[in-house]
Amino acid sequence: MSKKVFKNADEAIFDVKDGVSIMFGGFGLCGIPEHLIAALRKKGTKSLTCMSNNAGVNDFGLGIIMVNHQIKKMIASYVGENEIFEKQFLSGELEVELVPQGTFAERIRAGGAGIPAFYTPTGVGTLVAQGKETKEFEGRSYLLEKALKADFSFVKAWKGDPYGNLIYRKTTRNFNPMMATAGKITIAEVEELVALGELDPDQVHTPGVFVQRIFKGTKFEKRIENKTMQGMN
Amino acid sequence: MALSRDQIVQRIAKEIKDGYTVNLGIGMPTLVANFIPPGLDVTLQSENGILGLGPFPSEKELDPDCINAGKQTVTTLPGASYFSSADSFAMVRGGHVDLTVLGAMQVDEKGNLANWMIPGKMVKGMGGAMDLVAGAKKVIVAMQHCDKKNGEKKILTKCTLPLTGLAVVNLIVTDFAVMEVIKDGLLLREHAPDMTIAQIQEQTEAKLIVAKDVKPIGH
Repeated sequence: MSKKVFKNADEAIFDVKDGVSIMFGGFGLCGIPEHLIAALRKKGTKSLTCMSNNAGVNDFGLGIIMVNHQIKKMIASYVGENEIFEKQFLSGELEVELVPQGTFAERIRAGGAGIPAFYTPTGVGTLVAQGKETKEFEGRSYLLEKALKADFSFVKAWKGDPYGNLIYRKTTRNFNPMMATAGKITIAEVEELVALGELDPDQVHTPGVFVQRIFKGTKFEKRIENKTMQGMN
Repeated sequence: MALSRDQIVQRIAKEIKDGYTVNLGIGMPTLVANFIPPGLDVTLQSENGILGLGPFPSEKELDPDCINAGKQTVTTLPGASYFSSADSFAMVRGGHVDLTVLGAMQVDEKGNLANWMIPGKMVKGMGGAMDLVAGAKKVIVAMQHCDKKNGEKKILTKCTLPLTGLAVVNLIVTDFAVMEVIKDGLLLREHAPDMTIAQIQEQTEAKLIVAKDVKPIGH
């Protein structure tokens, strides 16, 4: 068996210590590494810098480690679904950096791809531009944005194999592929851990080189944030 | 009579052309999808990673792995694709999205848009709005002309709230008027059927330039 395969989330996060930075895949509650978040809550690791598009809801997703006061700093694009966030932010307990969603995705992509910074038109003339270099290209202003990297990246995929090759399903892909590239140690939780050769190489979204640890999740809740069906609006 | 929400989005839907790729913001803009003229080949993009957004699912189709940017469960149409957030915003920033429709707190005569934060109130974050307005080829704002609660003006000479984007808005559709952002300011092109131009100007801080062929909305 490959050295990358772990038994469960608890074992896979054995060396996650207080004060580390962690990226979490997911958009809202879709495609989040729910087993790794639960294991982190159980372990009680503190003073974390967390990078995630959203901050979960009060009792699911990153909300469960936030309510347990494990997060020191949050880097995100939208945190409106989490009420604990507001309390901790206003009391000064939680440090926050809000980043435009596309800039966030690209900063992570750059971090994993060895690009230290890049210019983007997003945020020119807004609060996001404060303290950042701007430069004109072909008559338009752009902001210099720096890459993001992390000590750990926690990602969630549909299928994976012992080499760490990953395939995502539908909109669970979101930030997971870029985050997988930007963590010093990337840990993937998958719904199905299949044997080598079972994944069609043409269909692999994240090549195994980016993934250091992988395990099969046992019970995915996959909570729906806004259940909307035909005839409801 | 001012326009209803449905009438506002119905008017915006008329701006959609055959072959467009469109991103609709959360809230009122989402409703534009209900009024896309039949027969047009229009692809809806959702910035969390879908091109080819379909209707809401039936109970049987419900899938927690398939949501839109508003975190609502959705379906996809034949020919749809899923992709990462980096690819999604490459589409947006790279100018591959023809039109985005967003809500606004304030818009001004330079086409500046404020729709993400009110100082002193809890900030929820800008999400993808700053990227969308910076990248989409055309930006339409769907909004109430004045604040429903306190009557405050929202179409201004200069936005007072922190900006989402600088000189990014092309067209503003409110319950009172349709206004195009041009070099010299806001061009009033259409007015709510029962309102006079003077009445609309009274509710607008920016000085409106009246189009020669100004007409009632829906005519």
